[in-house]
Amino acid sequence: MITLEISHLFLQQYWWFLVSFLAASLVFLMFVQGGQTLIFSIGKTNLERNLIINTLGRKWELTFTTLVVFGGAFFASFPLFYATSFGGAYWAWTALLLAFTIQAISYEYRTKKGNLFGPKFFEALMFINGLFGTLLIGIIVGTMFNGAEFSLNSLNNMSWHNSARGLEAVLNWHNLSLGLAIFFLARISGLLYFIMTVDDENVYANSKKRLLYNALPFLVFFIAFIIKLLIISGFAIDNQGKVFMENYKYLNNFLQMPIVLIMFLLGLIGVLFGIIKTYFSKTKFDKGFWFTSVGIVLTVLALFLNLGYNNTAFYPSSYDIQSSLTIQNASSSLFTLQVMSIVSLFIPVVIAYIIVVWRAMNKTKISKQEVEDKNEITY
Amino acid sequence: MTQLLLNIDLSLVDWSRAQFALTAMYHWLFVPLTLGILFIIAIMETIYVKTNDPEWKRITRFWMKLFGINFAIGVATGLILEFEFGTNWSNYSWFVGDIFGAPLAIEGIMAFFMESTFIAIMFFGWNKVSKKFHLTATWLTAIGASLSALWILVANAWMQNPVGMQFNPITARNEMMNFWEVLFSPVAINKFLHTVFSGYTLGALFVIGISSFYLLKKREILLAKRSIIIASVFGMIGILMTIFTGHGSAVQVAKHQPMKLAAMEGLYEGGKEAELMAFAILNPKKTFDNEENPFLIKFGFKGMLSYLIDFNTQTYVAGINDLIHGNPEQNILSVADRKILGDSALNALLDYKKAVENDDEVLANNSLKIIDRNFSHFGYSYVQKPEDIIPHIPLVFYSFHLMVIFGSLFVLIFLIFGWLTIKNKIDNFKYSKLIYILGLLGIPMAYIASESGWIVAEVGRQPWVIQDLMTTSAAVTNISSASVQLTFWIFAFIFTILLIVEISIMSRFVKIGPEKPKNEGGK
Repeated sequence: MITLEISHLFLQQYWWFLVSFLAASLVFLMFVQGGQTLIFSIGKTNLERNLIINTLGRKWELTFTTLVVFGGAFFASFPLFYATSFGGAYWAWTALLLAFTIQAISYEYRTKKGNLFGPKFFEALMFINGLFGTLLIGIIVGTMFNGAEFSLNSLNNMSWHNSARGLEAVLNWHNLSLGLAIFFLARISGLLYFIMTVDDENVYANSKKRLLYNALPFLVFFIAFIIKLLIISGFAIDNQGKVFMENYKYLNNFLQMPIVLIMFLLGLIGVLFGIIKTYFSKTKFDKGFWFTSVGIVLTVLALFLNLGYNNTAFYPSSYDIQSSLTIQNASSSLFTLQVMSIVSLFIPVVIAYIIVVWRAMNKTKISKQEVEDKNEITY
Repeated sequence: MTQLLLNIDLSLVDWSRAQFALTAMYHWLFVPLTLGILFIIAIMETIYVKTNDPEWKRITRFWMKLFGINFAIGVATGLILEFEFGTNWSNYSWFVGDIFGAPLAIEGIMAFFMESTFIAIMFFGWNKVSKKFHLTATWLTAIGASLSALWILVANAWMQNPVGMQFNPITARNEMMNFWEVLFSPVAINKFLHTVFSGYTLGALFVIGISSFYLLKKREILLAKRSIIIASVFGMIGILMTIFTGHGSAVQVAKHQPMKLAAMEGLYEGGKEAELMAFAILNPKKTFDNEENPFLIKFGFKGMLSYLIDFNTQTYVAGINDLIHGNPEQNILSVADRKILGDSALNALLDYKKAVENDDEVLANNSLKIIDRNFSHFGYSYVQKPEDIIPHIPLVFYSFHLMVIFGSLFVLIFLIFGWLTIKNKIDNFKYSKLIYILGLLGIPMAYIASESGWIVAEVGRQPWVIQDLMTTSAAVTNISSASVQLTFWIFAFIFTILLIVEISIMSRFVKIGPEKPKNEGGK
């Protein structure tokens, strides 16, 4: 019995790690969204816009799929979160989904004849996706630290106690600062992606210039978010599984899990190194994207591990603290987690073929000739 | 607690159902074409790689572009659909998330990534990777798409026939006990095969329809003929398998969802030698509790329904009245009886919760026994009136018959097109024009048949979201009806605009036609 319990907890932690990793990958892949918000500022001419939209267009499905898988994996491993958060924060999630729905068709329809609205319309949809997709994800993740207004009855049926149904999270500046930090981070990442993949002097010069304009607000919002995070009290769990407020909980988590702290710091260094090296390098340095991306994955992963490990409630309720979700009370059964864990062994295979395909597609930079070739299928 | 469970605004349930139905039906406008046309494209590209004939490459690329226009909007609606389980069916998501979530996640990890990764090569890789790599990518995209369908259909089949799980009163949810039972339940296998083969059929009819358009306009004759050959052979396999597995599905419905079968056939009074309707018009005045004749006009085969589900005309088929009032001879419990058992299970669950709180071991154990014994009737505790378990008969009945009639027609279409093209008579035959028009009509018919199938499956199982265990009213998210109403209209507006744009782009694309042939061979 005891071994069973230990292994269930182990699997819960394993799945929290996987969900965190998916969240981290999602934020990294949001360079597509960030890039979309730069269509008008970097793409001064039609041709330049075609260049950047086509280079993003080769990757948008990856981000989209990761979002879908993130949802599915959360559903399978922590169904109570899926039931509570999606059903509860209805409008926040619905707005996020809408922002992605309009993205999916934008690439395919933008330059097609008969698209009724013209390319500008679809570029605007991409912009909207880029803005709200990043901002809302950040705000929703913010509620995982600051709490949301729900309660659960004895059958685990959820009630939400704010008629804004999730949109109220916008009014909390701490949530908002995380949303804005992710928005600017995605833009930084998008710029670095252009620098890496587009073979065009104007796009390069423009992207480089804007790197700084986006790095500064990113730092402001991110540092504000982190400082506040380290000083607030957090939702901790005691030995009986009861949730209580612990002073400096998230700071304590970092200190009590030094590996997570190191991961977080390394990630931050990676992000900054990618930006600084690209911006200040005298020669054309175009690999900054990878430093920043690895940095983003590490940082977000560390934040999520801080949130779910070390007896912390990962989706706390500010309305009824004992309704808070933990990786233990929200998880699937032992058996389901075992099945899912076997399936998860395929993940390295999936990552391997994604890498193979990415390399095959990005061997050479995208050029004006390529997007002008009518016979090549372009967006 | 019982009060709390039953206190659900009915308009909320209706709007939530409407929203889900809207999303699902829009989604299903795009999925079957993706499933079917991808294999047709993969076959075409295989021929190109084998023969090195640039015309085959041109054909492949033409259909691939049409596929691309369709694919994006399928993805867009699919995302909404996936998350609507959470946003609109929150109680459901918890009650069965332990089982239902797994297939959804497996779909994501194993299939959806495959599809979306290799699709980039399909579209942009022509000059970036070798021919063989490109061909592999096309096949993997096709296989990935059908694999995606596998998992979501396994999940759907489980809702129609919940197996491989046990109710856990501590967490108040169902928990998976046997993964293979969930994956390989006969309902799941039939549903998966029936659905993907119907998708292959639709894909084939789509290709034949567009090719017919070119033949009618006397353009792109070679492209059209070659496409028709592939599509009619592929489509014939598709429709025959669809019919075969459709029969299998009906057998399963008879076993696990007798009310759905009764609704499909408008069968009020059960009996042996049950009649299979070939064509009929329902009597709108007929209800379960009056003596009206169920049909105004009917043309059926006596005994065929019994034969169809058991290869025996003497097999008893339960009618709506048997299922409402019970039929002791056939061991069928009435709704009232099942409600008593369902109530006792629910009350035992609440007792169990109390017993755990008060450390009352005796009460806890007794309650557990009652839950175990009566859990298969659990959902009936949410049923308020016996007639609530009857689905919308006309919708189910007509959808079912429309699907069957169109399905039979498709066999004919594939036969005619296949035969005429192989004999090379398709464009010099007396009634050629008529045949082309038939081919064109195949497209809307395929979509209607396909959507009808889902109406039968989903409306036919109402009021159950999980057969006999949970009603839609118990599954719904606790939210204001106005919120759902508003999202319904937002989605309806957006999906409709997207669909209009898609159809406009597609028709313009077909009118313009494929790219001009290049003189070079190879690449």
